[in-house]
Amino acid sequence: MSGALAQRDVFGDTLIELCRADPRVVVLDGDLANSTKADKVAAAVPDSFYMLGIAEQNLVGVAAGMASAGLIPWVSSFAAFLATRDLDQVRVVVAQPALNVKLAAHYSGILTGYTGKTHQVVNDLAIMRSLPHMTVIAPSDADEARAAIRAATVWEGPVYMRLLRDPVRAITSSGDGFEIGSARVLRKGSDAGIIATGAQSVRALEAAEGLSREGIQVAVLHVPTIKPLDEEAIVAFAATVPRLLTCEEHSIIGGLGGAVAEVLAERHPARIERLGLQDVDGESGPNEALLQKYALTAEHVAQRVRRMLMPV
Amino acid sequence: MNAPALERIANHLRRETLRAVHHAGAGHIGGVLSAADMLAALYFEVLNVDPRHPRAPDRDRFILSKGHCAVGLYVVLALRGYFPIEELQTFDAIDSRLQGHPDMRKLPGLDMSTGSLGQGLSPGIGMALAARRLREDFHTWVMLGDGEMQEGQIWEAAFTAARYNLDNLTAILDWNHLQQYGWATPDGYASIARLDPAPNPRVKWEAFGWNVIECDGHDISAFLDACKAARAPRGKPSIIIASTIKGKGVSFMENDFTWHSRPLGGDDVERALAELA
Repeated sequence: MSGALAQRDVFGDTLIELCRADPRVVVLDGDLANSTKADKVAAAVPDSFYMLGIAEQNLVGVAAGMASAGLIPWVSSFAAFLATRDLDQVRVVVAQPALNVKLAAHYSGILTGYTGKTHQVVNDLAIMRSLPHMTVIAPSDADEARAAIRAATVWEGPVYMRLLRDPVRAITSSGDGFEIGSARVLRKGSDAGIIATGAQSVRALEAAEGLSREGIQVAVLHVPTIKPLDEEAIVAFAATVPRLLTCEEHSIIGGLGGAVAEVLAERHPARIERLGLQDVDGESGPNEALLQKYALTAEHVAQRVRRMLMPV
Repeated sequence: MNAPALERIANHLRRETLRAVHHAGAGHIGGVLSAADMLAALYFEVLNVDPRHPRAPDRDRFILSKGHCAVGLYVVLALRGYFPIEELQTFDAIDSRLQGHPDMRKLPGLDMSTGSLGQGLSPGIGMALAARRLREDFHTWVMLGDGEMQEGQIWEAAFTAARYNLDNLTAILDWNHLQQYGWATPDGYASIARLDPAPNPRVKWEAFGWNVIECDGHDISAFLDACKAARAPRGKPSIIIASTIKGKGVSFMENDFTWHSRPLGGDDVERALAELA
């Protein structure tokens, strides 16, 4: 996607604005600033930037202490480290006391720049949404990430935000704003519905556009907030389509697919299928090859919808 | 408050701790008795705090990183006037603000939630950095257990605090020489003797760039001097390595790791309180 901004670029640029506007906003880095683009903050507002070294457990604890004293720390690290290496710290000094710590989970999903399994966490949404007091957000494109970062900064309480390393096609516009806890219908259609989050919403929309040219009209509901989940929107959306597919660059266990299944099982029993990583770890490779291998491309989404609609 | 008055408070703290643990039928005793003199000195002399304003932005901060000794912290807070002494009877009971490990969401006066060992020093760094950023001159104090020196995060924090030259941060190591179960000496696990959980702390903390002050953690005058020295700006964080006795004050509990956490049975309470009378 040449020309499109990456979410990590938007992260750096937006935090510069936020740090300049409010001295309580600070960025904490775990020695990944030149990957996450937190280095933009370091260069532009050095007083608001705190290097904390390759010590992720301490990193989260420092943020908790800052938040307890009234600062608004954005902890910038890779999703894999924040969601798993730091899980006990996030649980005990961030989520349990509901401190105002924002976790910028960069390099989320499996498109992590040739890093492979250690740097890819396939179940961070599942882990984070099960923590009491935690808010979990997975924006789709750059504009939405910018709006989500602003919204999370003024939101009172801990937030885990998935961010993408590489650019994706823009599917929102800067005027859309961002309301934490709100899902949005990106496209209407009556043959089937896709409920998607993060970058996979972009691929789902592309799939729906392609299917439309084949005469299959697929609705797409984008769910950027995994928690609190917009249950009303999901139930209402499910009522408009005969078949449903969830779609995420994440394990099919416990993430968006799991959350949607829970809600619909209780409130609007419906047959759904889940597209995502099939209980497997990732690996290193070029983005396109990874999406192909793990069946996450727009074409894979479209195939899944076609198969779902075939008469049994 | 002078040392003899603080010693009386420490004694009171020990007695109330035994009563609360006995009432709850659970709780950590050994590590509270080792820290009791320091907790009394901190809350009645050292810390700049006001029980009427437990969330005042300019108050000194205290983090009990060895969070399993929460009951000792609750007792000293009650004695200092944060809440009524009678509330200690709710320790560990359902719906209590006095949780088995400190919960800052429940009880005003707790500056950080702790309980998972090794985590307390890092929020102390965050508070010290926040003080600097917000131009507040409060001091942050973190009490560490010697057992949690085995946690890697302690050393992440030790490195970072020195890197930021945080002389508004002081760690206090309650070096009571025992942990919950511990490593056997050559005599094996049948013996009650154990290896030191944190040998040679001075060398380690100095190597990490800290100003090290050693004292006897049961000599309140010496501890007050150590705290005064720790507050002096010197461009690096300080640690007070306070040598203590686990179970201090109750003869049959002293230096016995089994009193780390153990319900009081039989006439244990009466015997212990008699010694602390």
